[in-house]
Parts: sequence; C-alpha cells; structure tokens
Amino acid sequence: MSSFFAERWEQILSASWQHFSLVVQCLILATVIAILLAALCYRSRGLTSLANNVSAIGLTIPSFALIGLLIIPFGFGVVPAVIVVVFFAVLPILRNAVVGLAGVDASTIEAARGIGMSRAKTFFRVELPLAWPVILAGMRVSAQMTMGIAAVAAYVLGPGLGSYIFSGLSRLGGANSLESVAVGVIAVVILAQILDAALLIIGRLTTSRGIRV
Amino acid sequence: MSENTDKSSTGAAILIENVTKRYGGGKKPAVDQLTLEIPAGQIVMFVGPSGCGKTTTLKMINRLIEPTEGRLIINGEDVTDINGDKLRRKIGYVIQAGGLLPHLTVAANIGLVPKMLGWDKSRIAERVDELLDLVSLDADTYRDRYPKELSGGQQQRVGVARALAADPPVLLMDEPFGAVDPITRQRLQDELINIQAELHKTIVCVTHDFDEAVKLGDWIAVFDEGARIVQYDTPEQILANPANEFVENFIGSGAGLKQLNFARVKDVDMRPGVIGRPEQKPAEVLELVTLAERRNAVILDQRDRPLAWLSREQLKRMTELPKTRDENLPLVSTGSTLNDALDSMLQASTGSAIVVGNRDQFQGLISVETVMNAIRELRENASRQQAPVGNNTGEIPRVNGHGDDAAEDEAGAGSHAAVRTGRHAAPGDQAPSAGGSAAEPASASAEPETTSGTPWAGTRPEQGSSAADGTPSGGAAENPDRPEGRP
Repeated sequence: MSSFFAERWEQILSASWQHFSLVVQCLILATVIAILLAALCYRSRGLTSLANNVSAIGLTIPSFALIGLLIIPFGFGVVPAVIVVVFFAVLPILRNAVVGLAGVDASTIEAARGIGMSRAKTFFRVELPLAWPVILAGMRVSAQMTMGIAAVAAYVLGPGLGSYIFSGLSRLGGANSLESVAVGVIAVVILAQILDAALLIIGRLTTSRGIRV
Repeated sequence: MSENTDKSSTGAAILIENVTKRYGGGKKPAVDQLTLEIPAGQIVMFVGPSGCGKTTTLKMINRLIEPTEGRLIINGEDVTDINGDKLRRKIGYVIQAGGLLPHLTVAANIGLVPKMLGWDKSRIAERVDELLDLVSLDADTYRDRYPKELSGGQQQRVGVARALAADPPVLLMDEPFGAVDPITRQRLQDELINIQAELHKTIVCVTHDFDEAVKLGDWIAVFDEGARIVQYDTPEQILANPANEFVENFIGSGAGLKQLNFARVKDVDMRPGVIGRPEQKPAEVLELVTLAERRNAVILDQRDRPLAWLSREQLKRMTELPKTRDENLPLVSTGSTLNDALDSMLQASTGSAIVVGNRDQFQGLISVETVMNAIRELRENASRQQAPVGNNTGEIPRVNGHGDDAAEDEAGAGSHAAVRTGRHAAPGDQAPSAGGSAAEPASASAEPETTSGTPWAGTRPEQGSSAADGTPSGGAAENPDRPEGRP
C-alpha cells in the first residue's frame, strides 16, 4: 500500500486535485442553478412541492445509469461528467433553498418592501442573506454526496479519482488492485472532509452575525 | 416642502379618494369606496375590529397593497400611478416589532432608505446618530448591535428611527406597539408624542387598542367591515358622542373616565383653601377654618409650599404647627390630567387633593366633585370641530389648496392643530375638507382660550390652543365657498 502510494503519489495528487476541482466547480454551478430555480418556485405552493418532489425523486436515480445514458448525446469526457455531478449537486441545494427562502419571515419582507426596496433588491439584500445559512447547509450535503458521485466520471473517461477505483475493481485479485481501490476511496473521503471544513469556514465568514445561532 | 424653514420636513396631507380594494374575484371588497382625508401634521388613528380593512387601507397609502379603484393624493400630488418603490422611500413605515432586518446592524437598518436615496456615507452616519438620539438610544452603544441583541422596546425604537431616516413627511404605523409589554408600550407612546411634538409629521397609525387611539390620536377613524367609516372625529368627540352602538361597544366601558385624560387640573375650578403658617398657633388656624366653614387647613412654608394638611380635629390636638413637610400629602400639579388627580385622591382617600404649580407653590384644592363636574362638562361640550372627511358614499370632496403650505406655517408656531379650531360643519358633508382642514395659519386663528365653556380646551400641549366655539377661523376665510359652519 505504502509502496503503491510512494510510486504514484504525483499522479494521485494530480487526480485528487482534478477530482476536487471538478466537485467544487460543479458545486458552484449547482448552487447558482439551484438558487435560480428556487427563486422561481418558492413563492408558489404548487411549484414548491414540485421542486421538493423532483429533488427527492432525482436523488433515487442511480448515478451510474445516468452517466451511461449521457454518453449517447455527449460522448466521453468532461461534459457528461460535469452534467451528472451538477445534476446531483443541485438537488439538495434546491430543496434547502426553497425551504430557506420560504422560511424568511413575511413581516421582514414586508418591512423591506415598505421602506421602498424593489422586489429584486429585497430578494438579493434580504431574502437571500437570510436564507443563506440554510442554502449553505444544502451545499454541504451536496459536497459530501457529489464527492462520491464524481468518482463515476471515470466511467466516461472524465477526470478524478474514479479511475483508481475502476481500474482496481476491474482487475480485482491482480497486483495492486486492492491498493488502487483503497487509494481512490480514501482520497475521496479525505477530499470530502477538506471541502466540508472549507464550506464551514465560508459559512462563518458569509453569515451575518445578526442571524448566527 | 423644501422651502421649509424648519430643517425637517413636516407633514403632508393625504387624501384617499373613493378607493376600493377587491381581492381575487371576491364579491365583498376589503375596502369599499373609501374616501378619507388625513390632515397634514396630525396623528390619525385607525381603529376597528380585526379584518375590518384598516390595515389594508394603511397599506394602500404607500401602495404596498395596490388599490383596485380610486385615487391616492399625497401633498396635492396624485401618487396612484407613480413608481411604488420610490413612493415608499418617501413614506416612513413602522410595523409591529419594528420589522428590522435581522442580518443588518442597527446603523445599517436605519441607513437603508438614505442609502437607497444615494446619500453619502458620512451623511448617513451622522443621520443615524441623530436619530438614535431622537429615539433615546445611545448611539455609541447601539449603533453596531444586531436586532437580536436588543429588547423589544429598543427594536421598536430603532424601527421608528428607520422610518424617520430620510425625513419623510408621512409616517405609517401598523400596530407599532402591539408586541411590547404594557409598561414599555406606554413609554414608547409617550416618546412618540414627544417626537411628534418636535417633528409634526402626518402619522397614520393602525391599532386595535382604543385607549392607545385616544392617547395618541388627534383624530380617530373607527372602521367597520369593508373599511366602512363609522365615525371619524376627535377622541373627545367620539368618547362624548359615539355615533352608534358599534362605536360605544368599541370604546368599552369607562368612556367618562377616559375623557379625564384630556382635561388638566389647571383647567378646572380649584377651591381656595384655608391657609396657615407654621409660626401661627393651631388655635388661630382652627378659628379660621371654623369661620370659613371648612374642614381642613393647608400649612404653607415661606415659599408657599404645602407642609401639611390638617383637619379640625388635628388642629385641636396640636400645640404647635408642623414645620417639616408631610411626605404623604396628596399633591397634584397643575399640569396633571384629571385622571392623575383622581388617582391621587383615591389613593389618599381624602376625597380631594392639593394642587401645586411651579416650584411646588400652593394653587388651591381639587375635589372629587370638581372632577365629576368636569366629566359632565366634557360630555356636554365635547369639541365641535369640523372633522376631516371620511365616508364610503363616494362623495368626493373638492380638493383645493391641499394644505401643502399649511404645515410650513405651523412648523414655527409649534402647533399643528389648525384643524382643531371651532369649525363644525357636520362630518361627511361637502365641505372642502382636505384643503380647508389644514390650510390655515395655526397661531393666527387660535384665539386665547378659556372664553368658551370648554374648560379643557387646548389642554393637550401637543395640540396647541384649540380655540373656542364659534371662532371664525382662518380656514373659513380661505375657503369662502365652504358652507358656513356657525357665525
């Protein structure tokens, strides 16, 4: 194990970085998409429950099946990998964003409107900052989950640590196969912890002291 | 109001003209053809049962709720169709519990509107400190706190400060003091009265508490379902002559007692007392008391401050008059309301109280009978002034002159009670309400009071001297086409 790591640590680090970068970029994209969708939905009861249902059902779709299907229109490489990771990352954030935005006190919004804030300004200056801690919690769930999901990107020859897992599993019993899988899995777990800690710190820095619990 | 000499802009008149609000396709409108004028620089209280449309009406003034039909005129300008956000920046808005944005500091909350109006940072910071001072909060302590670090009363104060930030002529308050405890509420109400005495804004305030309406309002509009105006008049008039059973029920019991809040001790007839000096012999004083056929004598020191209040029996027993002050004397000041006076009398169980003026100088005696007489007179002489228009008949008052300059005349005069002069065309008639009501130089028309039979006239300091019956008012002169109220 140690020799496996010692011989390949440069590739492993580079794959880890690719993996991390894939997840972070997808997470940012997913957050933007989720907030946009939530902004469209949260004021209507029907759309809110639709968003919640989509989010619940979406999470039951096997990531492996989805990425396989995406090969047909998009071929191999980064594109289908990004689509899958973003898709799964959006779901928990969307759900939290809808809940968070809907949970902003109606009287607070009324006060903001009452002193002359426009609809858009109220959303960006009042509702979004107040819903932010809830949205951020959704991002943390997404980050944990998509770290694992990003491993399937290797199936479409995408970037990341998935290649170690897949190559190990495909020649199980062969030399270094177990080590390969273990390196992939452990690295994913470590990256997940690092990202989680980073999000926690970002949360502290971006949440107003007035609404911190 | 830019040419205003005062540095803050004073109130603007508001006219709600034939306004209807329907929700969804509902048959029953929430607000039904309401016409209501709100005189400049005064506090108008909306009271009524829940669901009567008073809050809807309030929110239509700043168009948080858009009227389905009708027009809205503020300071002579039709604001029915202008940009709602811009309109709201010029109208202060206070809601229950302050409505502060929890993620912003006190300073940021207060600075919201000035920031939207594009003020520079130093001007905003200066204004924030000024306003915190106005609402009795120490700027250095509270500027950087977050709302959750404040008590309910403090949050409410910041809410008021925020509403006043850009110095709007109009302030709308939606049950502002509903979420605080009774003691804090009373203090906040007192502070609002003080602030208003200083700033003379046009304040529209929704409440379900009739006592609050009586305490704060220059005018009270009693609403019933569909924002139907049941009565729109001064608190005195509503208490004395409720329009119907609905209003009577709403006032609740003790209307007479509530009226005592309008009258002050100095306005009723005090009885002179028998006066003794500490140097005198008790027997001498007793003789005076017997001669005057009174039961007590007041002992005063050299500066006419009461030391003791002695009955005949006490005088008989004493060999020397007391030289130190009895701390339990039932004292009331000339500025106390009759309500306070009654309180003191009942607590002292003397049936009367000693009235003192400046520097505690003895002024006379006041008894329960005096107060009872005052209640009777209050009922008989409740102000007969022309109320602003408030109806649901769709009668549109002619708008002329719209009171825009009235506020300026009043600003210096320290009186915003121009309307309260003795005009009394029946409420709801076609008198040119909006214009007439405010457009008169306040101090010029205000006669020296007490010529009338209304001993309590002009007793509320913030209302200036509301004058006597039948004083020909400046308003009438300015509006010669107005039906004459009384010669």
